[in-house]
Amino acid sequence: MPEVIEKDTLIGKRITKLDAPEKAGGKTRYIHDLNVPGQLYGKILRSSRVHALIKKIDTSKARALPGVHAVITAADVPYQRPIGVAKDHLPLKTDRVRSLRDEIAAVAAETPEIAEAALKLIEVEYEDLPVLTDPREALKPGAPLIHPEPHGADGKPEHLKPGMPVAYAGKPDNIAMTFDYGQGDVAQGERESDVVLEHTFRLHYVTHCCMGVSGIIAEFDPSGNLLMYSNTQVPFLHKREFAEILDMDPARIRIIQPPIGGGFGSKLDIYPFEPITVFLAKATRRPVKLVFTREEEFLASPTRQPVILTLRSGCRKDGTLTFRTVETLHDNGAYTSWGATTPFVMMQTISSLYRVSHCKYHTKAVYTNNPYAGSFRGYGNLQATFAVESHMDMLAEAIGMDPLEFRLKNAQDPGEVTPQGMHFKSCGFKDCLTTAARASDYSAKRRRYQAEQARPGRFKRGIGMASMLHVGGGAKIYPSDGCGTILKMDDFGAVTLLTGASEIGQGSETVLAQLVCEELGVPLSAVRVINNDTEITPWDVGVHASRTTFIAGNSAIGAARKARAKILAAAAGVAQMAPEELDLRAGHIVEARTGKMVMSLPKLLRQLHFNDKAELVMTSFYYEPPSKHQDKQFKGDVSAAYAWATQVVEVEVDTDTGIVRLLKVTGAHDVGRVLNRLGIEGQIEGGIVMGQGYALTEELMVENGVVKNPAFRDYKLVTAPEIPEMEVHFIETMDGEGPQGAKGVGEAPAICIAAATANAICNATGVRIFELPFTPEKVYRALHAARKEAA
Amino acid sequence: MSLQQEIEFTLNGVPTRVRVPVDMSALDMIRSVVGLTGTKYGCGEGECGACTILLDGVSVNACLLFAVDCDGRSVTTIEGLADDPIGQKLEKAFVEAGAVQCGFCTPGMVMQSRALLAKNPNPTREEIQRGIEGNLCRCTGYVKIVDAVAAAARAKE
Repeated sequence: MPEVIEKDTLIGKRITKLDAPEKAGGKTRYIHDLNVPGQLYGKILRSSRVHALIKKIDTSKARALPGVHAVITAADVPYQRPIGVAKDHLPLKTDRVRSLRDEIAAVAAETPEIAEAALKLIEVEYEDLPVLTDPREALKPGAPLIHPEPHGADGKPEHLKPGMPVAYAGKPDNIAMTFDYGQGDVAQGERESDVVLEHTFRLHYVTHCCMGVSGIIAEFDPSGNLLMYSNTQVPFLHKREFAEILDMDPARIRIIQPPIGGGFGSKLDIYPFEPITVFLAKATRRPVKLVFTREEEFLASPTRQPVILTLRSGCRKDGTLTFRTVETLHDNGAYTSWGATTPFVMMQTISSLYRVSHCKYHTKAVYTNNPYAGSFRGYGNLQATFAVESHMDMLAEAIGMDPLEFRLKNAQDPGEVTPQGMHFKSCGFKDCLTTAARASDYSAKRRRYQAEQARPGRFKRGIGMASMLHVGGGAKIYPSDGCGTILKMDDFGAVTLLTGASEIGQGSETVLAQLVCEELGVPLSAVRVINNDTEITPWDVGVHASRTTFIAGNSAIGAARKARAKILAAAAGVAQMAPEELDLRAGHIVEARTGKMVMSLPKLLRQLHFNDKAELVMTSFYYEPPSKHQDKQFKGDVSAAYAWATQVVEVEVDTDTGIVRLLKVTGAHDVGRVLNRLGIEGQIEGGIVMGQGYALTEELMVENGVVKNPAFRDYKLVTAPEIPEMEVHFIETMDGEGPQGAKGVGEAPAICIAAATANAICNATGVRIFELPFTPEKVYRALHAARKEAA
Repeated sequence: MSLQQEIEFTLNGVPTRVRVPVDMSALDMIRSVVGLTGTKYGCGEGECGACTILLDGVSVNACLLFAVDCDGRSVTTIEGLADDPIGQKLEKAFVEAGAVQCGFCTPGMVMQSRALLAKNPNPTREEIQRGIEGNLCRCTGYVKIVDAVAAAARAKE
């Protein structure tokens, strides 16, 4: 070690992920790779009808199959309680099935093959009911009802009394949830408008396609404690929810998360396979492992929320936005998961991406017999942004204004408090707009491509932009949005960081380690992050809402600063200097001013430990962001910081085939500050390609309640040769509340692509398409219809 | 019970003898009979590439291969690249380029890239993209995977 140690930082550098070497070497053990001694294998029998009464289930032949340890139906678990966001969903169905994925029975057997064979021996008699798969039909009088009677506990009305097991009360109509938001007076806004547009946008089903399929292992110990190896993104919330479902003491439930093969929001709710596996473990007194097949993953996972959205908006000739009115119809599917609640995010984009004085927002989420929708990266924002940013281009065109200028005129500035109550303390929106436009040569290209529309030629180029606003400092959708950290240092200067925040591949453990290194002046190799066991790690609300870097990061910094203060106080005594004259660098205590080495950090830690005072450096910190839980009118500053982005997309449209190729995406993202350049680039590139899939290739085809393409062969993910050139610019607004100035970025990059692609296709061809995805067939038909009209 | 057969093959350089059901896939054999879990199940029908292995040096989807068809042949899994200089370069490059996020597709990507570099030691970016088109990744957007393969190809022995 030199005598003098210069101050160094890891912030903003390209830091490789801590877990990457073992993942690259195939050594990481995911849920699929874990086996517990004595383990049985679970399988689920799903409905073969879209909507039917269950008249009879005969499991006797399945039970008689050698190697089968248990066959259970709803009748075997009279204690089961409804799960999900609206508690309208029994894991094992009692008297009726409401969608093709519905769980009727489950088997635990010695091998997966025996369990599979046993499923085939279960006989179910159904009585078909009228099927409801069009959400628009759901509201009509006489529509089949999806939840007409109470169910839950054993479904008997006496169980609805207080103190009795919870049951779902049923619904006299098909409305699962409604959301209403308003600001100003839209009628006045409309009167002030020179131009008013109204269009209906249709958003489709897509699904997460995590490369690692869903799975769980559940086991009870002899004292009745439940251990689950689970892929959940919200372990601490699930502890409590499982306790309610199982009527257990939450303290007796432990959740260990093995490394997770992709999350993207898919693992925020409890799904039937999880309690069912617990039921099987209870019935057999053995550990039970249940892992989906890929087909099952397509059929029985939640989807992104499909939406029919009607947007009416207006502006004045000078380019001032006047009002927006939005009506959406959410196809809830048969049960309510997080998809129904996407209006929380959608209305933020409607009300606050741009300054609009007068807004009205209404959503109905309706029950149908379709697959049910959950949470998916972006959480409604892809849908809302598609509509809003399509309209921004159309309004600009209607008043003859450049779309960039139109956006800049209405874009938010730092310091703005929107009528919905969001306070944009840092806001790089205008920088995002101008940076992305300049880097992509947006304005010149847009004019050129527009001029070339009428010229002959099969291939047309177009350029389009879209911007987004998303929470970047957590989202207080629960009364707490916090995260706890415990930090301990050993005698050798190594740091163990116990954090409640889950790693789902996004790189949070690496960023948290970096933030700790910044405070404690230790090398990255000295930090271990423990983040996957509810018995060990402190509470966290979960990995969602782009919150982990911000919330868990601030929590880790809090714990590290306490440790730093303790170390420097002790070192001050040894060095006969004031604590503020000292600093921690490269595992040493140094003079802050000169960098001159005073002593090694491990030596100081040992001196603290092995003396009369016998002290250890162990600290804890709980960070709760200064955000507000929204009120009943959906108003309030729900996040401690907000993220902004503009993405410009350049496309080539083959007008003979309708094939749209994404040539280039130029993004400018207000991320507060770059913490790990390698990690943030990866997040943004991955998000762009996920957005590309949403815009162009992916569609879960659901016809009459049946998923027609439950395989990668027919559900088309973007592959390596199809990705666009990507150029990403970071706008560093140094958010005052953010960890080292950073804001969340996890969801942001996926949000704008579909909207920007719609605008680019229109720039290339003059044809506006209101429905996703832009498949060759859809684009071809739209171009053809436009040509016919022109002729 | 289905018919069983005993087979012998070389697994990552080690002579191996196992008894397997005749309808078992090589993927199931590697994961549950031999117990090496680096080879992943992603779809079971050859669409995602997560189970890519080398069979006599050629990359194949282990889920589409019968275990009994490994008889008399040489099988390399991701675990076997620990002894392979090019494999090591690839793994290091995947780490350094940021090509790993959730990591579930990574072993298959590395194996496919290994097969690509055997055929084409100096691929262009387009050739790399083409070379890994049968391997799906949901996290990275592929950019950094292509970077990694290009870097591994450039790296000196």
